Order: sequence, then structure tokens, then C-alpha cells
Amino acid sequence: MSDQVLTKEDFTSDQEVRWCPGCGDYSILAQTRKVLPQLGIPKENIVFVSGIGCSSRFPYYIDSFGIHGIHGRAPAIASGIKLANPDLKVFIVTGDGDGLSIGGNHLIHLFRRNIDVTVLLFNNRIYGLTKGQYSPTSERGKITKSSPFGSLENPFDPIKMALASGATFVARSVDREPKHLAETIKMAAEHVGTSFVEIYQNCNIFNDGTFESLTDPKIKKDNIVVMEEGKPYIFGKESDRVLAWEDGSFSVNMHDEASSSLVHSLANSNSSVEFALAELTMDEHKPTPIGVFRKINKNTYDGLLTKQVENVKEKLGSGDLEKLLSSGNTWEIK
Amino acid sequence: MSTQTSEKIQKAQKTKKRITIRFAGDSGDGIQLTGNQFTSTTAIFGNDLSTFPDYPAEIRAPAGTLFGVSGFQIQFSSDNVHTPGDDSDVLIAMNPAALKVSLGLLKENGIIIVNKDAFSDRNLKLAGYDENPLEDRTLDGYQLFDVPITKLTREALIDSPLKSKEKDRCKNFFALGIAYWMFTRPLDTTLDWIKNKFKNKPDIIEANSLALNAGYSYALSTEIFTTSYQIDQAKVEPGLYRNITGNEAIVLGLITASQKAKMELFMGGYPITPASDILHYLSKYRNYDVKTFQAEDEIAGVGAAIGASYAGALGVTASSGPGIALKGEFLGYAVMMELPLVVINIQRGGPSTGLPTKTEQADLLQAMYGRNGEAPIPVIAAQSPADCFEAAYEAAKIALQFTTPVFLLSDGYIANGAEPWLIPDTDKIPEINVKYADPKESYQPYARNPETLSRELSLPGTKGHEHRLGGLEKEDITGNVSYDPDNHDKMIRLRAEKVERLVNYINEPKIDGDESGDVLIVTWGSTYGTMCNVVEEMRANGDAVSWFHLRWINPLPKSLGKIIKNFKHVIVPEINMGQLIKILRAEYLVDAKPVNQVKGLPFNTQDVIDAIYAIKKG
Ligand code: SF4
Repeated sequence: MSDQVLTKEDFTSDQEVRWCPGCGDYSILAQTRKVLPQLGIPKENIVFVSGIGCSSRFPYYIDSFGIHGIHGRAPAIASGIKLANPDLKVFIVTGDGDGLSIGGNHLIHLFRRNIDVTVLLFNNRIYGLTKGQYSPTSERGKITKSSPFGSLENPFDPIKMALASGATFVARSVDREPKHLAETIKMAAEHVGTSFVEIYQNCNIFNDGTFESLTDPKIKKDNIVVMEEGKPYIFGKESDRVLAWEDGSFSVNMHDEASSSLVHSLANSNSSVEFALAELTMDEHKPTPIGVFRKINKNTYDGLLTKQVENVKEKLGSGDLEKLLSSGNTWEIK
Repeated sequence: MSTQTSEKIQKAQKTKKRITIRFAGDSGDGIQLTGNQFTSTTAIFGNDLSTFPDYPAEIRAPAGTLFGVSGFQIQFSSDNVHTPGDDSDVLIAMNPAALKVSLGLLKENGIIIVNKDAFSDRNLKLAGYDENPLEDRTLDGYQLFDVPITKLTREALIDSPLKSKEKDRCKNFFALGIAYWMFTRPLDTTLDWIKNKFKNKPDIIEANSLALNAGYSYALSTEIFTTSYQIDQAKVEPGLYRNITGNEAIVLGLITASQKAKMELFMGGYPITPASDILHYLSKYRNYDVKTFQAEDEIAGVGAAIGASYAGALGVTASSGPGIALKGEFLGYAVMMELPLVVINIQRGGPSTGLPTKTEQADLLQAMYGRNGEAPIPVIAAQSPADCFEAAYEAAKIALQFTTPVFLLSDGYIANGAEPWLIPDTDKIPEINVKYADPKESYQPYARNPETLSRELSLPGTKGHEHRLGGLEKEDITGNVSYDPDNHDKMIRLRAEKVERLVNYINEPKIDGDESGDVLIVTWGSTYGTMCNVVEEMRANGDAVSWFHLRWINPLPKSLGKIIKNFKHVIVPEINMGQLIKILRAEYLVDAKPVNQVKGLPFNTQDVIDAIYAIKKG
């Protein structure tokens, strides 16, 4: 633990931030800088790892250790860092192209292994750095530079992917909800195991307004449901509607005090509820959930590896080089 | 056991200097085990030796088929042995397919021992024989011993409680017994091994031991075997030895380096033939602070190794050609980040999937140039199975001390081949000093050691040294992102210069022979053993040849540039279409001539000699 209290300025590097003015990334950076001092981890023990893309410039702007990796491969680098030195707090910053397209394979295996790192995935549903091609989260029919007649591809839902591949902490937040975002990042960072936060992020240059229904103050309350521990899924401008759990799926009911409906529970997670919540994202008639979909405790890969090393040492004794070299069938020539 | 007990039959014993035996049979016949037992016994007996296993790509190839034949070759001698031998003197074939596949690799008038019982109509047909070769004239010109090995093994095990299928599995020990008699080897090494191996299975110990003894006694007492051979002990350097494959030696070399550097070893790998054994062996040594990470793919394997290196471990990745191709982008990244990394390529036949279980030297240019941009990486090549130990240690040492990725090239031939290794005295192996930036000083990630040009690392966790690095071009000294044209030019030159300066810190290989003359042979990697034979034979013929075997291909040794101009003929034999030769021609503007063969096999000594004479003749 740190002996001095750090502030967000301590985590601000001397590098000039180079995102387009108005980009949603600024908000994520601000909230992360705010959260980092609250973790009580000395900044020299924090490593930010990224891939390639607009989001992946992130490590340059945080005054900790940082690695700007190659496209899609941040999870690989981060895994090596964490396994070599489990005392470090490791963050991965990635995007929908970096993390779900070129690096999709690494991400699912990171989740499956439950290596203790925190993944922040900035989802802007577009390739920004390469100037506007459709991404794996772009909607079908999207007109972009590489799809002038409309994209033919179905989008990926990163939350479902994370849930299915076994991430132990899965959450979503939005760049325009700073308070919610900060809380979510903090919870993720404090989770032991792979934590995953999908952050809806506006790219005002190539995909402006893609999340407008979730961010426009006039309509957002009708379109977002905030998942909160122990609370029913109430939403709507007047908080007048609720998600009701019926026959294995959610339907929208009017909310009145008398009716009882399912409350959100992280501890007793039930995968059919988790997936049904995730499923709402694609349903235009139902609200999009933000908050934590899953938070469970499981052995981490790094923890198990450390234990395995200890166990083998206990059983076989610490390695003795001379013994190692002269093991096997030996013979002596005099 | 004494080899000369109460012989009823008068048998001759001849002394031989050098013998090559090939064991061949179905994958299920225990050929590798038999070969390894013969090897252990021969090593302990005191001969010099070299071995090579030759097994099919299919895991469980159908019994009796040609492509299912598994082979094991050993050359042993009372003199020096450099290779597992070209053509063999003796073939022990357990079925018709094994005979057919191996016959071309047998010397004229060579000895053939076959299991006659396996020559059934079905097996003959599977091997593509219309007639039984034991009965027609196919094997005229060889010394054929057709022994009913299956039948004799069953008879020897008549009292054993094992099922007949299990009894039949002992027949390789019967064959081994014959070989032990023929080459005057003691049985005790194998008998001890059987006891250890089948500790809790007394019936199997009994049966295998009986079969081994029965084979030996059969050869001793029947009239068909008239001659046994004596191969005297070789004069080898005194000390403690073990038999070692190239891949085992790499693992020991890496662990030695990490221990000498007082670091953890982190290996990120992905299964691929013929490199997987490195991952397998390393994963056994957790108590030596070895962490292995079987990644989701080749890319993640090297990525994790780079991450671990960044965090302070000795980062290693190992693969073969196709996997190395996938790692390419990360290798350029490691060049840019100037992080230590050992990249091992156990080369196999290419391109693409190619010949996974066969050997080749065709990835040299991939190691040299297979990345985008100007991305020089030092390249070291191992020359024999035992030499892999030193090559791996040296690769790791240079990577750590010069903050650079290093390519270590081996190949299927020396990775799986084995030879006796004089176990080094661990106290005499130098420590590897790795210097990190002084935590009390402010940190400049790309400040360099003025002599070596290596940069000073500072590990995460070092207070006050927080910094950000990536694959974007760096500003000199600060390491900040820089798009400045002059800076880019400078950094490219600095990275190249760092690799060139290595030449001042590595051992200069010695030329074998005169520094000027008619013929200079330049080679690298696993052709070393064959070239020893080539050079010896040519000199025995009265021809003066000089030979330069490269250890590092990047950078090239200092003396080569001068020496190479002093010869009329510069000849470069390689198991590829001419890769080192391209480098030498470009570097030294010499009219070097290639000797190339790409059959998935090591060179045959005589083929190389013939090719050299042909070039000399012009
Ligand atoms: S292109 Fe889009 S995502 Fe990238 S910095 Fe600009 S606004 Fe942000």
C-alpha cells in the first residue's frame, strides 16, 4: 500500500492527449484518473497495456508503467506481465476492433483463464484510427468507407462473449455517465480475476450519435436500465416500468409498488438471467442494461500458478542446477 | 553378464571401428524404446555415438503400412562420431514394410535381421511385395538372418501369465537381445531399466527380461549367427556423461541461463512439431522457477513472453517455421521495444505445413529478414544435439545483456537426435549479470550503454521510473513517441549498430585448416556433424580443405571477411536452396558456390564430397 495519498494529477502523464476534441475517450480517461488513486496501489505497481486503435493510446496518458502493444495482442502481453509478476495491477485498454476482431481469440482465452487483470473495452462501433470502417460491433446495413452499400455482417455482443467465455466480472457503462463509469471501473479494478467492462464510447468523427438513445437526456431513461444489487430492474423517465422475469425471459411491465419482480443479484448469479439481460441489448423494444452483469469469485490462473510453483518446490525441493544437469542416465568416463 | 560363456559352437569375433545400426518396425513395435536401450548400453559401455529417430508423421499409423514405419539409427565407434551415420551396416526389420522402407539405406552386403513371422501374406501385401523377399532373390547381396522372433518370444514366455498379445509386445526385447550378442554388449543396463520402468508390474518385468535373455541366448547358441563384433571403447574426455537430445539440451541451457542470471524463466509456447518437447520439458521444472504458458496460439505465446520479459523474467518462445511466421509482428515489436527475448526455431521441412517431422535449414532468411521494416535480430545456430545447451545459454545471455530478441536456430535433425554430453561443472559456468537502471536516478528508457548500445531497463514496480513504451518509433534517449525524420533514421541505425557491435562480445569461431588455399567450406547449424566427416575424408584423400563453421550468422564473425577472399573456391553446403550463401555473397562480394539438397534429410557425406569435387573441377 502506498504511504502517500495520490491524486488524479499523480496519474496524469506529461504527454499531450491526442484524441479528437469531443471524443468519448476523454471522459473515460478522466474517470480512470479519478479512480486510480482510490485503489490504494502505488502507481509504480500499475501497468496499463493496450493494443492498437484510438483507445490504445490510453497508456501514454496515465503516469504509471505502460505498454502500447500491437494490434489485438494486449491480452497476451498483459498475461505475461501478470504471470511473471503477480504483484502488479494490470489494466488492458482495448476497443471493438482491437479486442473483438483481430484480438478476439486472445480475449476469450484471457476470460477463460481468469487471469487477474482488468479489461476496459471502448466500444464505439467503428474503426476510428483507420478512419471509419465498420467494426465487429457495427449494426448490419451500416454504410461506411468499406461498406458503401451497407455492411452484411451481424454485430457481436461483447457482453455475451465475456459471459460465455467465463469472465468472472462482466459490466457495461457509458462514456456520458461519468459517475456510473467511475463506479464501474473501480469495482472492476478491485475484482480479483479477469474483470471486463464494455464502455459505450462516442466517436464523434466517424460514428457520431451511435449511442444517442442511451445518452440523450430527453430519452435515455426510457432506453437504459441500470442494474443495481438487490434492486428490481426499474426504468423509464417516470421510473414507471420494470423488467419482469417470466418463463426464462424478460418482458416489460408497468411498475407499481405492489408488484414483485426479480431483483438483481450478483452473488446468486444464474446464467440464464445473465444472458437474458445481455440479450436485451439487441432488442429495440427493451432497455439496454448497464451495470454489472456478473461478479463471481473463482481461482485465478496467476494465483494457481504461484501455488503450483510453491507446491512443486515443497515436493521436489528448490531447483539445484547441478542435480538438474546430471539427471537421467549418466555414466562416468575415467 | 559375461558374453563369452561356455560356447558350444565355435564362433568368430571381429573387431570393428565403427558400426551403424538401423532398427525399423511398426510404430507399435517399440522401435524407439529398443533404439534408446541400445544407445544407453552402448554409451555406458564407452563408445562414442550419435543417434537419430525417424518416425512417421501419423500418430497411430495403421500397422504394417509403409508410412507407418518407425526407424531409429545409431552410429557408434571406438573413434569420434559426428553423425548418426549415412547408410547402415545392420538393419533390424520387424516387418516387411520396415524392410522395404529401410533397404535403400543399407550398405551393400549389410546385415539384415528380420522377424520372419511378420512376413505374412497380409503384411507383404501392405508393404507392396508381390513375392516374399525372404524367399526370392531380393536380398541377394546382403547377409540375411531371418529369425522367427514372434514364435521364439512366445516359446520363451510359455510360463508367463501374460496374455498372448502382451507377450508379443516383448518381441522387441528379443530382437534387442540378438543385437546385444552380435555387438558384444552387456545386458544389465537394460535389465535394470526394465526393473525400474515396470516397478509395480512384476509379470512384465519378468517377461521382458526373459525375452531379452532369450534373444541373446538364441544368437549365442544357434548356428545361424557365426560372428559377433567387438567395438572397443572410445577415447573420450573423462567426466560425467549423459545422452541428450537437442531439445533437452536447449531446455537445460535455458534453465542454466535463468539461474545464472537469477531470474525466473517464462516460456510462452504453443504445440508444434518438432518444438513441442521444449514446452513439455520446461513445464516439468516449476521448482526451478520456470513458468510455462501454453498460449491460445503462437502469437500469444511470444506476446506473453515479451510481457514477462518486460516484467523481469527471461522471456522465451519456441516454435517451428509456420509458428515463427505467425510471431513475426511481435518480433519486430521486441526489436522496437529492445527487450530481451529468446526465440527458438526448430526448423522443419517447409514451406507451409511442409514436412513437419523432417529436417531442413530453410528458415535462415526468415530469421534474418522475416519482419516488416528494418528489424535486425541476432541469429545463433546450434550445431549438434549436445551443443544446443551452450547455444541456448549463449542466446539467453546475449538477449539479456544486450536488450534484444535473439533467434536460436536448431532443426528436427538435432532436436530429436541424441549424443553423449559431457556434463559441465555448474560452478564454471559464468554468471549472467543483468543491470537495471539505478532506482535513485531519474530514468531515460532509451539511454544507452555507450559501448554495447544496449538500453537500460527498469522494471514495473520501480518507484519514480514510470514510463510508457510501445511499437511506435521512439525518440532517442527519452523513448517518447517521435515522428521526426532524422530521429527515425538515427534509431534505425542505432538498432542495427547494436547488433553489429555484438561481434565484439561473442567468441570468434576458429577456421579449421589453413587461412588461405584452394577450398574453403562455410557452413552453419546442424550440418556440422556431416561436415566433420566430409573434411576428414577429403583430407584422408590428400586434399587440403579449410572449413569455417558459423556460430552466429548475425553478426558474422570478424575474421570471415578477410579469410573468405583467400580461397579459390568458396563452397557453402546447406539443407535449403542457398540461404547463407546469399548473405555471404552480399556481404563479401565473393563468388561462393552452393551445395544444396532439400529432401527433409541430413546430408549424406559422400554426396557432399562428390559435389565439392565437381565444383573444384569446374
Ligand atoms: S476517431 Fe473517433 S474514437 Fe478516434 S479519437 Fe477521434 S473521435 Fe475518438
